[in-house]
Amino acid sequence: MIVEANTVRFDSITLDSGATLAPVEVAYETYGELNAAKSNAILVLHAFSGDAHAAGISHESGKPGWWDNMIGPGKGFDTNRYFVICSNVLGGCRGTTGPGSINPATGCPYAMRFPVITIGDMVRLQKMLIDWFGIPRLLSVSGGSMGGMQALEWAVSYPDRVVSSIPIAATTRHSAQQIAFNEVGRQAIMADPDWNEGNYYGKQLPGRGLSVARMVGHITYMSDDSMREKFGRRLRGKENFGFGFDVDFEVESYLRYRGSQFVNRFDANSYLFITKAMDYFDLTGGRASLAAALEPARARFLIISFSSDWLYPSYQSQETVRALRARNCDVAYVELLSNYGHDSFLVDVAEQADMVRGFLSSTFEKVQ
Amino acid sequence: MTAQTAKKQAFVRELLGRSDYAIISEIVEPGTKVLDLGCGEGELLEWLAANKGVQGRGVEISGVKVQHAIGRGVSVYQGDIDEGLADYPDQAFDYVILSQTLQETLYPRHVLQEMLRVGRRVIVAFPNFGHWTVRYSMLKSGRAPRTKLFPYEWYESPNIHFLTVQDFEELVALEGLVIERRYFLSGKSKVTLLPNLRAEVAVYLVRR
Repeated sequence: MIVEANTVRFDSITLDSGATLAPVEVAYETYGELNAAKSNAILVLHAFSGDAHAAGISHESGKPGWWDNMIGPGKGFDTNRYFVICSNVLGGCRGTTGPGSINPATGCPYAMRFPVITIGDMVRLQKMLIDWFGIPRLLSVSGGSMGGMQALEWAVSYPDRVVSSIPIAATTRHSAQQIAFNEVGRQAIMADPDWNEGNYYGKQLPGRGLSVARMVGHITYMSDDSMREKFGRRLRGKENFGFGFDVDFEVESYLRYRGSQFVNRFDANSYLFITKAMDYFDLTGGRASLAAALEPARARFLIISFSSDWLYPSYQSQETVRALRARNCDVAYVELLSNYGHDSFLVDVAEQADMVRGFLSSTFEKVQ
Repeated sequence: MTAQTAKKQAFVRELLGRSDYAIISEIVEPGTKVLDLGCGEGELLEWLAANKGVQGRGVEISGVKVQHAIGRGVSVYQGDIDEGLADYPDQAFDYVILSQTLQETLYPRHVLQEMLRVGRRVIVAFPNFGHWTVRYSMLKSGRAPRTKLFPYEWYESPNIHFLTVQDFEELVALEGLVIERRYFLSGKSKVTLLPNLRAEVAVYLVRR
């Protein structure tokens, strides 16, 4: 399946901060066919560093999508039955308007003049895209991590537009620990002199800061078990310690590699804006309780967490489930056993796919 | 009544290999909301949804069973019955089902109270510890009884609260509850005479 990215342009979007962004573009890919009743559409939502290329082989890069093991013919999101859409988030750097886009007022990239955005703003732009498709109701919205937060936001903000929601390894609000790790990443970027208050476009990129930020991120996506299994204390290309500060251990090599790769594909300012949006995310939004905040939700929910995920621990998913039960919502929940930490929803997908397939199938039958 | 029709009436068919499921499936009215506690892989809920248009939810402690239940399209929550009922609002369900699990809960009386807070009616099925084979096994061996119904060694048994038909009736009276229907089963047959001695499984429909 060779897939191509498309872009739609809208005149403007009004943000939670009160600011307006005009125009705004959104990059998306689709897989499968929309049926005549437009009742088989599923919006898949990417995590922090993902993009619109969720499945298939990219025409442009030749690479598989970030959830290619979940989306395709016969897979969890079965493209023989469903029409799957994935778009790059607002503030991103993979085709959708973000801090690296040209500000029409100045003719230069927005950089730090880009307005601060929220998860709600990302979802608002996705809803504009779904309206543009003319899809009255999505069969499902689903994603892991930040994508899961969007799946929850969709169910609360546009309850009449989603039949079901599948938030995976997600939370209704960022915890102190989650904010803390994001802040370390932001400080690493802003401490890099090449960051230059965000004005590095066309110049030396703040690669050192961004790669350190990504290294920290990768640690939080794995688990002690998975790192022990993958690296242990193995040395990289040497028999003995180098007695210096070049790479000794495999794990150092891996993190440096992942960090440097990231610099080639991700914009440091997008890192700042998107992590801030995640940190601001709190579905409770000043209401008395989470259950009160979930009052508008009408969707059927499938919530999944992973036993070794210490970045978005199971207790956060369980909190969401309890609040939904208190509202007597239709909610299924399981904690899957996996060693892969927060990354489990991307890499350890066999059981997740079976559940998603069954859940979607029974949901689809109900709307037929 | 001829002997033949009497025999026919005494016969209880099985549903999904279980006679208590057959009875529960007859009790549950179509189009109702049902919560099944300890629902396993959700077979009963799936059957009730497909055949009676029931809106079903389940609670199950085993993660693997929950995975399978969700995979067959049933909304199941992985959790503990003893504490898991607390989240639900009052009278959220038409029926709350507890099949062959009451004797495994830590606080059966509290579970029964919670079930009646959450549901208008409860359906409880449990193995009868008063069955004559159990009494005989204990009398003869002088040890914790092991029978077809209770096959476990005492140290491996999931059953931590043994109860008889009479015990359950007394708890229901103590709680001031109303028994709408009661069924007693031995194998695939209904028992009418001396249920506390002859029933292997009892099924009750109870309300406040």
